[in-house]
Amino acid sequence: MQRWPVLLFLAWVCLLFFAGIGLFMSGFLLTRIELASSSSCSDPLLPPPWQGQSLPPGSCWAPQRFSKAVLVIIDALRFEFARFNPAKASPLPYENKLSFLHHLTTSQPRHARLYRFRADPPTATMQRIKGLTTGSLPTFIDVGSNFATYAIQEDNLLAQLVQNGRRVVFMGDDTWEGLFPKKFFRSYFFPSFNVKDLHTVDDGILQHLYPTVDSGEWDMLIAHFLGVDHCGHKHGPDHPEMAKKLTQMNEMLRSLVDHLGNDTLLLVAGDHGMTETGDHGGESEKEVNAALFVYSRTPLFGTGPPEEPEAIPQVNLVPTVALLLGVPIPYSNIGEVMAELFSGDSDTVSAALQQLSVYHINAKQVDRFLQSYSLVAQDLPAEQLQRLQELFSGAVEEHTQLLDQVQGATLVPPELESRLGSLISRFQVYLREARAVCTQSWARFNSLRMVGGCTLIAASCLLCYMAAELAASSDSFYRSCLLYPLLWGLVVAVLLGLAHVFTQEGLDLLLVSSCTAAASQLGFFWHWWAWLGLAFPMGILLFRCGAMFSDSFVVAEARVAPFLLASLVMLLVGKLHWDGRLTVPEGPKQQVLGFSSYRREMWYLLCLVATLLVCVRLSGFFHQCREEIPQCRPSLFLSPLASLRNTRAKNLFYLLCVALLAGLVYAVRSWLRHYGNLNSSDPLVLFVRWGFPLLVLCIACYWAVVSSADDSLGKLQELVQVAIVAFPWAVYGLASMGLLLLLCNPLTVFAKDTWESAGSIVTPYLGAPSSEVDFLHVIPQIYKRMQESQKNRLERGSCRATIAAYGLGSVYSAALVIALTLLGFLLMLLHSERLSLAFLLLFLEAFVLLHIHTRARGLPFSVPWYAVISWLLAASQFFYSTGHQPIFPAIHWNAAFVGFHLDHSTNLLPAVLVGANTFASHILFAVGCPLLLLWPFLCEMPSSQKKKPKKEPREELQEVEEHMMEMRLRESPEKFSTALLQLGLKYLFVLGAQLLACVCAAMILRRHLMVWKVFAPKFLFESLGFVVSSICLLLGISLVMRVDCAVSTWFRQLQLR
Amino acid sequence: MKEVEIRRLFAANLLCVFSVILTAVVPALLWDGFTVLGTHLVWLCICSVCVGTVNVILHLVLKPNRSPKRSSLAHKISRFLKCCIYFFMSCIVFHAIIVLYGAPLLGSVTETFLFSVLLSTFTTLQCLCMLGPNIQAWIRVFSKNGAMSIWESSLQITTVCSILGAWFGAFPIPLDWDRPWQVWPISCSFGATFGYVAGLIIAPLWIHWNRKQLTYKSR
Ligand SMILES: [Zn+2]
Ligand SMILES: [Zn+2]
Repeated sequence: MQRWPVLLFLAWVCLLFFAGIGLFMSGFLLTRIELASSSSCSDPLLPPPWQGQSLPPGSCWAPQRFSKAVLVIIDALRFEFARFNPAKASPLPYENKLSFLHHLTTSQPRHARLYRFRADPPTATMQRIKGLTTGSLPTFIDVGSNFATYAIQEDNLLAQLVQNGRRVVFMGDDTWEGLFPKKFFRSYFFPSFNVKDLHTVDDGILQHLYPTVDSGEWDMLIAHFLGVDHCGHKHGPDHPEMAKKLTQMNEMLRSLVDHLGNDTLLLVAGDHGMTETGDHGGESEKEVNAALFVYSRTPLFGTGPPEEPEAIPQVNLVPTVALLLGVPIPYSNIGEVMAELFSGDSDTVSAALQQLSVYHINAKQVDRFLQSYSLVAQDLPAEQLQRLQELFSGAVEEHTQLLDQVQGATLVPPELESRLGSLISRFQVYLREARAVCTQSWARFNSLRMVGGCTLIAASCLLCYMAAELAASSDSFYRSCLLYPLLWGLVVAVLLGLAHVFTQEGLDLLLVSSCTAAASQLGFFWHWWAWLGLAFPMGILLFRCGAMFSDSFVVAEARVAPFLLASLVMLLVGKLHWDGRLTVPEGPKQQVLGFSSYRREMWYLLCLVATLLVCVRLSGFFHQCREEIPQCRPSLFLSPLASLRNTRAKNLFYLLCVALLAGLVYAVRSWLRHYGNLNSSDPLVLFVRWGFPLLVLCIACYWAVVSSADDSLGKLQELVQVAIVAFPWAVYGLASMGLLLLLCNPLTVFAKDTWESAGSIVTPYLGAPSSEVDFLHVIPQIYKRMQESQKNRLERGSCRATIAAYGLGSVYSAALVIALTLLGFLLMLLHSERLSLAFLLLFLEAFVLLHIHTRARGLPFSVPWYAVISWLLAASQFFYSTGHQPIFPAIHWNAAFVGFHLDHSTNLLPAVLVGANTFASHILFAVGCPLLLLWPFLCEMPSSQKKKPKKEPREELQEVEEHMMEMRLRESPEKFSTALLQLGLKYLFVLGAQLLACVCAAMILRRHLMVWKVFAPKFLFESLGFVVSSICLLLGISLVMRVDCAVSTWFRQLQLR
Repeated sequence: MKEVEIRRLFAANLLCVFSVILTAVVPALLWDGFTVLGTHLVWLCICSVCVGTVNVILHLVLKPNRSPKRSSLAHKISRFLKCCIYFFMSCIVFHAIIVLYGAPLLGSVTETFLFSVLLSTFTTLQCLCMLGPNIQAWIRVFSKNGAMSIWESSLQITTVCSILGAWFGAFPIPLDWDRPWQVWPISCSFGATFGYVAGLIIAPLWIHWNRKQLTYKSR
């Protein structure tokens, strides 16, 4: 049997997929590290004072110019919406509607100004709110301290305001509630989820806005209107409804301005724009082009407005508002202050000095941030940071010099002005370049990489499909399918490496590895392109992949997967029926009557299908909820037992769970006993006999300790603390011991010595086998001998065991079953107690699926596609039925603390625990995948013997074959390894197809409203699931190979005896 | 002979199609407030009853299964009773399968049951008319090369189409379009009805086009 080539080939295919995932992820998921530091009033960032100025009380960093500010966010307020063009004769529905803004800018040019407000991608509302308050460029994954909540962990404007004793009042979009929990002095949240609803949020705000403004109990008021955005999503911008909505906003602003006092700054901003279809999320011009309007009753600007409104980046709002209100700039801000707002009424020189001072503060803050960021992350290029550093120190130095000269009055106005001007532009250059550096690494989708990753995954899928079809048909398969592609890849890798060496560029490992993967795939297709024949029997898989492209279906996937699984199985039964495989072959009698009747197996099959459907339905009771379905209630079984108030119910549930565990152990043991794998006295068998009950005992004790009420134990508290850690560790230890034993000696075969007394094996080849062929010939001989000795004993009536009692016929499956049970225990320990019911369903369903597959199988040495697809559908079904959802808040974080007191020295261990918890069903189904191949051999029916009693000369031979079970696989090792390879490839293909659908959905729908809420998390979970599944698949297959190895040695020893 | 048979089949199927269309149109004229969407359950009942009646009448008139045996009245009555029991059982089985597929277990029992009655009308009732309460004949018809006349081929096609239609009808339910027809079981019963109608129309056409290949075994 070819063990290494199979494993290597599968590993190579997995690596191709991984390279594709990595490439796509690097283009799609922009990451950034959140710094935990925050600014405070006492930070030594102050510029050197000029004219003996000191900070007034209540101000930080810079003198406070406004005591209050109103920030009106009109979601998706595109710049064109806010602009007013009186010359336009027939405006579009969204044009010329905010006439009041125009009125203010023209009547009070020094009080009001309109800007183009450039949003940074991703232009999704949540990311924009983060950007508008932290002054940074949020990406989809801001690697921070806590994944479990959406709350902003970074330093932000609201935190600074609250920290400095200001009262922040909020009304509108309830996204803010999750982002800033408990930050608001007062808040009025309205549901933002229903995009079809244009008015609830806006009307809610309008009801509270004016009374709140008039009451004066606020320092910062934020109102986030959603109507315009929702109108865009529902109707698009070019629609009469949009005109109504914008007119409403205009009226709102008109009356809001009437309510404002002199010390109040009004900011009207759009968080992003929208495309012609009303969507946003990407980086097209129309999406990033929002509007910002600034107004105050006191003059703000030194000069009138420019001809064409200036374009400013969104991050500039944070430092500006912070300094105007006299609070520190948030730590991670990379924005530049809008200096013209700081000039005020004074003359040019003092205005310029004032501006310089805020620039100085701003630059110092940005420099501090860049330095601390470059300490924790390497994603900003070092040489650019170096250059920025030089720019910064030069500007600061000159500023100090200049201030000295101003104080010494050695400079005359014209020269002074020009020097002031040039210094200001130096600061500006520094700040802009700093932002550009950050933008480059944080806020750009890399479409080339995304398309490349997609192509790589698609090609790998195709490769899997072709190779699965090819594997059976070619002799020199491995050499041409593995060696040449690997060589191709190696050559390209070496070439790329050399190119990097010569061009002196930094080596981009990801790029090199994906180029290598692409090249080695090219190598594969180069040799095999002629075999490309796609006959697809897989409609169900197509539906499953198609469902990934709709957010509703992704949200409802917990119900879609079982639906498709049930349909697939029903379809299978229907097809078997249609093909007449369930009916008795037509005899002459039936032909006359035109009737057919079922075989007896039919009823068995029907029972299996019914059990499967019931399992599928019952597993629906363990679902977790997503926020997209508001009426959903999470399953009761998800909460730990400790949270149950009713003691009786708690005890009952506890007993039920423990009974189920015991039942599982009993079932596994009796299964092993049935196939005779429980007879020997090897350490592994002893472990199954004694270790399994012990494991159950430990888990039961752990559950008892965890779920008992805290106060009921009184003085035993310390003991409980020890027990909470000790029992999980006992389980970990026992399970890993079991797995180690399984690896060391996976044989559960019992060779009784009595067979020797019946005579030694008669083989034509005496002595050690000289070749594999000789050796193969011996095996049936051993069988025959065993059979005979068995028969003798049967005749004597001493024992009713069959030949299978030796356990050789089920040696592969037994090892897998033991491994699965151990893994099952481990994973159950990581879940809350009552989810063990779901795990039991999982095992039952897998068992039933295997049996259905056995009934329906066609060719013995190949696993049909439907079996693999149903196996994977069951895996995704149980992902949901073990209480998971592909969203971050639904992750079971407490799994990280099973066996640990709330502390971890490394991040690796909790990541492994949480990962195992999340992908429990992926792990179990992937490891158990080889069972799909083994089970039909295991369940060879002795009944077939009865049906052909007439062919006597053949009987003997048939009988031997009869009981060979899995040894039939060993008999033809070539076929066995090919079958394993094929199975692995088919599994990878189906997994890869699902992954491909997710990847394409994330790429194509990156402008979609739901991309960051639905598609991107789904993609992440799916790709992680793929990685976990493929690794576990490799493990499962290598376990089978390990058993095969052991069986070979066992036979060799047997023969030598 | 064959051409005439196909024409008869086509006419019969068209009658069934018209009966389905009429169930949507006529009650709306007779009663105020009747709409297929709004009072869906009423429509389900009407549709089941109408289609059932039309099927039974057509069967009595056309006698497609050419049963050669003469049978006594008692035999006929027992046959009829058996048919009723079979029909009821098929409703129960459909109900169970639909629930297993994910329909609510306790809520909306009426809706689910009426839907399963509709499905039974489209599938089981036809089988009962054509083949009688004879499970073995059913098994024979629904296997490859099992159909022995164009009527049985038509039966195969309409039954499979109805069930497929119902299956596809479940697809729009999770979508967030907030349409009135996305409510359980409206989309599914629509799907089943469209599937049935499509099957009725497709069957004679398909048989017509494949009449050269279709060779029926004689009994
Ligand atoms: Zn928005
Ligand atoms: Zn939006």
